[in-house]
Amino acid sequence: MPGIITKISGPTVVARNMRTSKMYNLVFVGKMRLLGEVIRIDGDRATIQVYEETTGLTLGDEIIDTGEPLCVELGPGLLSNIFDGVQRPLEEIAKGSAGFISTETLKPLNLFQGQGDTLGVTIPSLNRARKWRFVPSVKGGEEVEEGDIIGTIQETTTITHRVMVPPDVRGVIAEISEGEFSVEDGIAVLEGGTDITLVRKWPVRRPRPFKKKAASVIPFITGQRIIDTLFPIAMGGSVIIPGGFGTGKTVLEQTLAKFAKTDIIIYIGCGERGNEIAEVLADFPGLTDPYTGHPLMDRTTLVVNTSNMPVAAREASIYTGITIGEYYRDMGYNVAVLADSISRWAEAMREISGRLEELPGEEGFPMYLASRLAAFYERGGLVECLGKGERKGSVTVCTAISPPGGDFSEPVTQSAMRVTGAMWALDTNLARRRHYPAINWGRSFSLYHLDGWFKECVVDDWPRLRSELMTILQREEELQDIVQLLGPDSLRDRDRIVAEMGRLLRENYLQQSPYSPVDAFCSLEKQYWMLKIFFKVYETALRELSEGRNMDEIFTEERKIILRDVKNMRVEKLETEGKDIINRI
Amino acid sequence: MDLLTRRYRTARSIAGPLLFVEQASNVSIGEMVRIVLSDGGERSGQVIEVSDEYAVIQLLEETAGIGIHETDIFFSGSVAKVNLSLDMLGRRFNGTGKPIDGLPPVIPNRRATITGYPINPVNRDEPSDFIQTGISAIDGLNTLVRGQKLPIFSGPGLPAKEIAGQILRQAQVVSEREGFAVVFAGIGITSREASFFIEEFERGATLHMSTIFLNLAEDPPIERLLTPRFALTAAEYLAFEHDMHVVVILTDMTNYCEALREVATAREEIPGRRGYPGYMYTDLATIYERAGRIKGKKGSVTQIPILTMPDDDITHPIPDLTGYITEGQIVLSRELHKRGGYPPVDILPSLSRLMNLGIGVDKTREDHRELADQLYAFYAQGRDVRRMASIVGEEGLSESDRLLLKFAIDLEMEYINQGDTSRDIIETLGLGWRLLQRFPEDRFTRVRLEIMEKYYGS
Repeated sequence: MPGIITKISGPTVVARNMRTSKMYNLVFVGKMRLLGEVIRIDGDRATIQVYEETTGLTLGDEIIDTGEPLCVELGPGLLSNIFDGVQRPLEEIAKGSAGFISTETLKPLNLFQGQGDTLGVTIPSLNRARKWRFVPSVKGGEEVEEGDIIGTIQETTTITHRVMVPPDVRGVIAEISEGEFSVEDGIAVLEGGTDITLVRKWPVRRPRPFKKKAASVIPFITGQRIIDTLFPIAMGGSVIIPGGFGTGKTVLEQTLAKFAKTDIIIYIGCGERGNEIAEVLADFPGLTDPYTGHPLMDRTTLVVNTSNMPVAAREASIYTGITIGEYYRDMGYNVAVLADSISRWAEAMREISGRLEELPGEEGFPMYLASRLAAFYERGGLVECLGKGERKGSVTVCTAISPPGGDFSEPVTQSAMRVTGAMWALDTNLARRRHYPAINWGRSFSLYHLDGWFKECVVDDWPRLRSELMTILQREEELQDIVQLLGPDSLRDRDRIVAEMGRLLRENYLQQSPYSPVDAFCSLEKQYWMLKIFFKVYETALRELSEGRNMDEIFTEERKIILRDVKNMRVEKLETEGKDIINRI
Repeated sequence: MDLLTRRYRTARSIAGPLLFVEQASNVSIGEMVRIVLSDGGERSGQVIEVSDEYAVIQLLEETAGIGIHETDIFFSGSVAKVNLSLDMLGRRFNGTGKPIDGLPPVIPNRRATITGYPINPVNRDEPSDFIQTGISAIDGLNTLVRGQKLPIFSGPGLPAKEIAGQILRQAQVVSEREGFAVVFAGIGITSREASFFIEEFERGATLHMSTIFLNLAEDPPIERLLTPRFALTAAEYLAFEHDMHVVVILTDMTNYCEALREVATAREEIPGRRGYPGYMYTDLATIYERAGRIKGKKGSVTQIPILTMPDDDITHPIPDLTGYITEGQIVLSRELHKRGGYPPVDILPSLSRLMNLGIGVDKTREDHRELADQLYAFYAQGRDVRRMASIVGEEGLSESDRLLLKFAIDLEMEYINQGDTSRDIIETLGLGWRLLQRFPEDRFTRVRLEIMEKYYGS
């Protein structure tokens, strides 16, 4: 017997006759069969959060419980695709629509006017018509268990989709064959009759299983100098990027999506601007991955719930995104989950909590804000994957945070800061002077110990260069304070050199233009050359000062122009001419 | 009266703008309601919450005179809709879409719900057309692009409406040959402000291409929640069904947010920052996000919302949440205003996120981005020097600091301050380079060599 709606308030609905329902079950609400999720059960009554606009919903309408939790479809076809917060394929929905998302575009009329057999028919997440070429890597008679790779599909030019035995399945392969399959076809049968299909469902709120977590000593390279040099995070690590509006959170997230050295990018636009997504969609197909040279979209999945799309689906979007990320991790890939912004997710949670009339905590956020945030970040990490053999995969989580008024003392920033390993703090003052990326080097931190890797894989004196860079920047800041109080004449000559050096580093090393064709991405080798050149100037300056030269003789126009232009040189050029440049200083 | 209409006499209580009705069955969320009073007077309202026991109706008009005794409540069975037609151009309506220009109602070509639907991000076309506003602080440094939402953050007594009027007057010249329309939503504004804009439209001879929705300060605050939605539904109709480039002015969004807070408080909701409801971000997004372009359609909706920052505080929830949704902001400066600069734009906190899409080769000029960045960099340094000079005195400054200080002042008084005149983009760019001439070449950090060679010293 279906449930009956007894109350409607914004995106939440209360229904009676729901005794047999379970928490987080997916339900269909009303005549339009809106998607919803059970979030509270009280005797005969259940509270449901609805993922679609509730306008027009009527008291007494029916609720149908699917008996299953909210799931995503996992299988080939996720990459290069764009989904909404509950994994509906936005490109499919766009076909034949007038551009707007209305209930009708989601569920064409003929689907929901029918009988019970059309129940739950919406446009499927993964294309059912498309055929994939499957090449088995095991033979009949082989014993397989959960996580084992039984074959591959070339999903995009870059990524080979490794087809795995789903969790909780084991047995002996009875039949498996090469061929063209759609996602619903069985590609293998186990003895005893269990079919293995390409598409599998997984509940978004349940982390996917793995053997165990491993410690990561490899950095997540971003091609951004201030990050890679000063605040690198580990592959499988997590970082928050808090910043007031206009500080460049979205540009930084997009820069990471373009240049991060990782196999897969899951970009979650959570409650942000529609035009920004249009920009990503216009930009990305024309861009190439700097590491493979293949189209960037080939390694990217977009999950998008813009700020004006239903709030409950926004709450679900980050779970949808990270579950897809975990799926590719399980294949042994390094995945970056970029969420912009986690604050909008927390606010969606607050809005729904308010409708449930829960007792509010700080700033009206529910008491479970911190634990939900912690649970989300914990889904990141480097893991040993299920299945035979040694296979490691990782999920690196980079989340933007939008603190009200740019004030980091608010609950979302504070709760997230406690569980993530790093913070790249964006600064309004830097952004206003168009210093990008506007990462404040005084407030940012990284707890990851990666010196070993840098020493081994880049150069021995990397940690030394980094700490000298930090020392100059900090000293310059102190000197700035003195100048502000006492005027520039109050500095000793030696301090003037530090102050000038700090300025040059800020303007030419820490700043990096995301729009410059050469400078937008800076390899570690180039970072090293740049640091060498800067420190050569610094050392020379100190020596010349002791020889009695004045500031103008030390910081000559030629030297300043070298420091200004080095960022726009290609690394190949630096490798051949770098020594010459250093000698010229 | 149609078949769907049901009548109830079970009004139970009235609290602020809310009317509670008992035992109403089959009620839908968002449904429009007509209330007939015992003396024959009528009011309208909208259902915002329903349950078995009661329905909550948000009254859209004056609550004075409404009692619970012998009051008839008619549920219409349909949500708030607006009549759409090209005939809306040149017309004036109140905040709930009723004509106030003495002419008969518009004969609808079609009716649409005022809440609209989100544009599928996949269907969005990237904004890319430069709008020349004739104002250097905007065109040169914070370029407006068709399909953008770029608010003006004003303070009490600052000339935001003059700037908006100037933009409308000057921007229209460039787009003359294409369908151009203005949709104006006055939200809780005074009659003085309303007549200012109407005069502006007459002055620019755009009245016949404007649709005006006016909710005046004396009108019921709750109506303010509907006014921008009526306006945007009309704008979307003109843009996406009649290929027009529509500029929407929403003023003043601060009044809108206050009305939202009033309803939230009446519903006894848990208040967020400064008493504004926790869902204000989402609610504002359903307004601001209704801007943009759609693939395969010629028209566009560009929004210029105006808001007043209480106490000039940019961290106040209204500007703060707005800034998180809109694609930048033009912030006005009280200091520059006091010094007589017009338009008094504080360029440091101002920003246009879509600027890069509308400038460069074939749109404005190749040097635009780098020139703007360089002006910003020197200006920011100049402002630092000004702060320092106020402590150590100008005599204590070094030669190069004095140069920066003078530059900051010149930029403000010659570049930003332009009065009620229009400058084309080439003029604005040229002025920028002229102000930069004073700096030696090695001080430039934002301009590539090729650009320097071509424009520096030319």
